[in-house]
Order: sequence, then C-alpha cells, then structure tokens
Amino acid sequence: MSMQPLTAETRQADETAIDIVKLNKWYGTFHVLRDIDLHVSRGERIVIAGPSGSGKSTLIRCINRLEEHQTGKIVVDGTELTHDLKNIDKVRSEVGMVFQHFNLFPHLTILENCTLAPIWVRKIPRREAEETAMHFLEKVRIPDQARKYPGQLSGGQQQRVAIARALCMRPRIMLFDEPTSALDPEMIKEVLDTMIELAEEGMTMLCVTHEMGFAQAVAHRVIFMDQGQIVEQNTPTEFFNNPKSERTKLFLSQILGH
Amino acid sequence: MSETHAQTVAYVRDSMLPPQPPPMRSSGAVLWLRANLFSGPVNILLTLIGLGILWLIFDTLWPWLSHSVWNAGSIRECRQIVSETYGPEANGACFAVIRARWHQFVLGFYPQEFYWRPILAFGLLFLALAPLLFGASVRARRIVLAIATVLTVLSAAMLDTGLAVLAGMTALMLAWSALIDARPGRALLASLLYPFAGVWLLWGGSLWGPVMVLAGFGVGLAVWRVAARFGMLAVAAGAAAAALWWWLVSAPLAGLLAGAVPLRLVPVTSDQFGGFVLSITIGIAGIALSLPIGIVLALARRSDMPVVKMLAVMFIEFIRGVPLIALLFVASLLLNYFLPPGTSFDIVLRVIIMVTLFSAAYVAEVIRGGLAALPRGQYEAADALGLDYWKAQRLIILPQALKISIPGIVSTFIGMFKDTTLVVFVGLFDPLKAMSDTVRASFEWKGAYWEPYFFVGAIFFVLCFGMSRYSMHLERRLKRGNR
Repeated sequence: MSMQPLTAETRQADETAIDIVKLNKWYGTFHVLRDIDLHVSRGERIVIAGPSGSGKSTLIRCINRLEEHQTGKIVVDGTELTHDLKNIDKVRSEVGMVFQHFNLFPHLTILENCTLAPIWVRKIPRREAEETAMHFLEKVRIPDQARKYPGQLSGGQQQRVAIARALCMRPRIMLFDEPTSALDPEMIKEVLDTMIELAEEGMTMLCVTHEMGFAQAVAHRVIFMDQGQIVEQNTPTEFFNNPKSERTKLFLSQILGH
Repeated sequence: MSETHAQTVAYVRDSMLPPQPPPMRSSGAVLWLRANLFSGPVNILLTLIGLGILWLIFDTLWPWLSHSVWNAGSIRECRQIVSETYGPEANGACFAVIRARWHQFVLGFYPQEFYWRPILAFGLLFLALAPLLFGASVRARRIVLAIATVLTVLSAAMLDTGLAVLAGMTALMLAWSALIDARPGRALLASLLYPFAGVWLLWGGSLWGPVMVLAGFGVGLAVWRVAARFGMLAVAAGAAAAALWWWLVSAPLAGLLAGAVPLRLVPVTSDQFGGFVLSITIGIAGIALSLPIGIVLALARRSDMPVVKMLAVMFIEFIRGVPLIALLFVASLLLNYFLPPGTSFDIVLRVIIMVTLFSAAYVAEVIRGGLAALPRGQYEAADALGLDYWKAQRLIILPQALKISIPGIVSTFIGMFKDTTLVVFVGLFDPLKAMSDTVRASFEWKGAYWEPYFFVGAIFFVLCFGMSRYSMHLERRLKRGNR
C-alpha cells in the first residue's frame, strides 16, 4: 500500500465544497448532532473518527439529506439543503456515497448498477454511459466482472463496484460511510487502495472510518467526534502525535493500543 | 488401450471386473420405502391408514368413472345403459350430459353463429400475453404462439364457422404471431390494443366505440406530453383532457364515424354471457386491472404523505373487511339507485369493477409485504444516486419487491378467479352453479349432479394450475440475480 502522506498542494483553499453552520439534529428527543460547524474546501480530504454512536455517520448522511436536519444550515456545492426536492436531487447527483454494506442493486448486473443513474438522472445515452462505467470499473480493477450480478462477487469486489457506481455520476464530492467495516481483513486493503488512488486525483472526500493508517496517509484533516459534537480537529500528524483533549487520547489509546 | 498393453505386457489385465451391485439397503426402491414409509411403528401405521384412505377414494370413484356413458340422449338412457351393461346395482357417470351441453358450460348463451368471436378473443389473449409473459425465452414464446394459433383455428373450424371468417382468423393469428416473433418490442404495443379488440369481439357493436375510448387515452397522453414541457400539473391536465374527450367528444364522433364507415359486429348483450366466457372475462379483466391499482395502493400506503396514506389505508381496510358478495350486491342493486335514472351501466362491467377493487386491496397488501422486505439500504442507495421517487420505485424498488411478492400475488389472482363463480348471486350465469342448474332444468338431464361439477372443476383446475406453474417458472427465471 502506497501510504506516503500526501501534500496539501492540490488543495484550493478558497473554494468551498461544503459549508455546515450550527447544525443540530434530534432523533425524537435524542440529540444526535450538537452545533456542528464544518467547512470543507474543494479538494480537501477529511477523515471523521469517533466512538460508535458519536453521530459521525449521521453527520455525513445529512450532507446528502439521507437524514433530515432540524436546525442549522448545510450548503453543498452552492446549493442549500432545504425541503425543496429539486435542490435535494441536485445535491445528491453531485455527491457520491459509498455505504458500509455496499447497497448494490442485486437484480441488476455490475454494469447496469453503474449505468443506471447516469442514464436516468444525467440522461446520458446508454452507450456513452457504458463506456464511462467500463472506464471506472477498470479503474477499480474489476472490468471482467461487468456482466455478473452483485451476489456473485466477494465483499471487497462489491465495495469497489459501489465506488465505481458512485464515480460514474462524476460527482464533485465523495462520502464514505465506514466503507471497510463490513469487510474481511484481506479485502480491506483492496478497497483502501482504490480510495487512495481516488484521493491522489484530488477528489473532495469525507470519510467515516476507523482505518487510522488511511487517515494518516491521505487526510488533510482528521475530525474527532463524541456525543454529537466535534471534539477536536487537526492535521493527521498533530492529531495522532499530539492529541489535545482527554477523550481523544482515550480513543486513540484504545484504537491504536493493540 | 488395453489391447496394446495386453500384447506387450503380459500382466496388465485387459478387462475390468464388473462392478458389484451395492448392498440392497443402500439404494433402490426397498430403501426408499424403508426410509420414507416404514421407518418406525408410527410411520407404518400412518402409511397403512393413508393407503386405506386412498383405496376408499379409488374404490368409490373408479366404478363411477369406468362405467361412464358418453353416448346417450338423456340421463334416463344413461342409467339404462349402465344397468344393462354392468348390472342393475352398478353406478356410472353420465358424461353424455357434457357431450350434449359442453358449449353451454363454456360459452353460456352466446349466440351459436358467433361462437368464433369468444374463441378468437381467447386465442388472441395468448398472443397479447406472449411478449409480456414469455419475453425472456424465444422458445417458450414460440410454443405458446403455435399452440394458441393452432387450437384457436381448429376450434373455430370444428364449429362450422364460415370459411371467410375462418380465413380471416387464421390470417390475423399468423400475422400477429409473426410480428411477435420478429419484433417482440413492437408487439408490446399491439398487446396494448388487445383489451379494446377483446371487448369489441365479445360485445360487438360499432368498432368506433372502443376506438374512441382508445383515442381518449391518446388525447390524454398528448396533452400530458405538451403540459409536461411547461412543468406544472401535467398529469392532471392529461387526465382532464381525456375525461373531457370521453364525456363530450367521443359519443357524437363515434356516431358520426359509424355513419360514414359502418364497421360493426352484431351486438351481444351481457345477459347472453355465461359459463367460462363470463368467468374468464371477469377474471382476466380483474387481474389485469387490479395489479397496477394494487401497486399504486401499496405505494400510497407506504407514502410519507399523511392524506394519501390515510386514504389508502381506509380503502384497503374497508375492502378487506367486507365480503366479496356484499360488494357484488352493491354492484348489482345499489349502484343503480345512485346513478342518474335512465343510465344503464352494464352489469358485467359493474361486477368487473367490484372484483377489481376487491382483488386490488389484497394485491396491495401482498406487495406492501414485498416492499417492507427490502433492506433500507436499497432505498438509500437509490436516493443517494439522485433518482427521484418514481424512478427509484420503478427501477430499483418495485422490480425487487414484486419479485418477492410473486407467489402471494398469483395466489390472490387464483383465488379471485375462482371467486368469479360468486357472480351467480347477482343473477349472472357462472359455470359452476348457474350453468349446471340451467342444464339440469331441462327434462333430459334432470338429476345429473356430479358430472357438471366434475367437468367445470377440471377446467378450473387446468386454468389455475397453469397460473401456478407460470408463477413458479417466473420465480425460477428471476432467481438468477439474487443469491
């Protein structure tokens, strides 16, 4: 795995990809997200870490409105997320998402999984969509499986297809919700390699993960969340070597201490 | 090989020992019997009881069936033949009644000279369904097309249909079959025309009536297309245009066209319908209409919009809480009170509407089960890709949910098809009760009880078993994706 730390040169600091201000969300009476402020620049790569139940998945699911927030403001790529369905669909077509459990469509072949949204949402001709799909399937190194169904692939292959499927929409931002948590250890590497390649191309990425090696290698910024709040955020080097809060230290000692 | 070895190397044997048969206990009929029927005292007892019951059934039925009489002019003659041939105590079926009156069980009181019309409608039904139901397998589709065409033409030929009509039927069936075989995609459009053709063949009258109804859909579609370009309320505008067309334009225009070009079949009224023509008409219409309505109801019941959801729940629970017979009575009696005086609303059409609503409520619940069985991740993945609600439902959710629901949906349809015999309670001539009674009402066949039930039951079994087998075929075909 080529895990040399990437420099932040590709980063265009002045351009905003995502702007979250005073975000609050409740599940019933349970306060999941408390006063989240987060500014993501274009090309920036952010890893969100934290114990389970800390609200990190909920946070990135708010960014493409899989979860609805109650107060605060989320602006993605210049579009504010409100109840306006058109804005929501616009944001969703610009933001790619990769899930913990892949969520491929089992009744469609790999190729159909990848071409469905481009054809029906982007209105791209089928042939062109298939060419794009094959391009990205080659990139994640499974072009030979294009005619198979998801059920015939291993977990790691399925997750790479899921990444290709998201990329086929040519998104400007990619969200990863614990992409390697449901995988066997030997398959984690192939998925992380794919994500690192993507990072090297300058994609704006938000990634919820426990893979601290990945965080060190590609992230510009690591965000640590606990109980619905952002406790600490810093560059990976600072974050791992010099954590500020006690909670972060405890978390790091548990996750790195074995 | 062994020959060359035998010449060069003396000790290599040139023939193998024959394999020994495995010991008796490890395979064969005896083992199967031991394992499945006689594996212990309880099982031995159950096997013997089962055999006893089978013997009783066989012992009762077999003499009746084997002494059956097919050639007789009346039930009295039947009984005479049986007692003369097999002794005075013998009991025999009098299938002569079926031979004499089969056309009434199948075609009701449809005028004999027009028997070719329901037959052609039934034959064309399979051509219309072939590209829909057997889209994946060219071979299966060809078999269905060939059987439908040959049987339809043969049946019509045996019924002394005029040569011109027979030639026309043959040409139509062959041309449509050829279209389906060459262009299955195009043939789907022809399938859409079938309901109108079928209605026209069965009820007759001017061709322009069904054509105007069809044109109404065209007008609605065109207005919807145009309105969609300007955005708002396209669906409502299309529906309103179609309704206006049917209400105001279609009747006068149909009259005008009929005056200019009189294309008409002799009308056959609904009270001449009966037997399987009636059952199959109601059943097919109910199935075809209740599936889309059921899908919409299921989606409505799972909708986030409270009013839509409430309406769907109220409708489904009301329909499921009321017996079908009550709905049929509403169709036959009450609707007439509510409709403006002078309007006569065809009774078969009213029954079809009620049967459709009834089965749609059940289908909706079956499909709701399928929708609930899909993992949340499928909805989220569709959302995350930017698919809107209808596209997500059509491309991702429904294909999977319907696949899960196939056994339940087909069960509902089979049940509904058999329930069409309940139309006897609103004075229609179902094949099972009303038609049998009609046949028995004649002097010659008074007392023929079992034979009509046997015959009608056998036809119902064939049709329902066919549906059941098709559903199993469909499940197997769709299995490939999901492991």
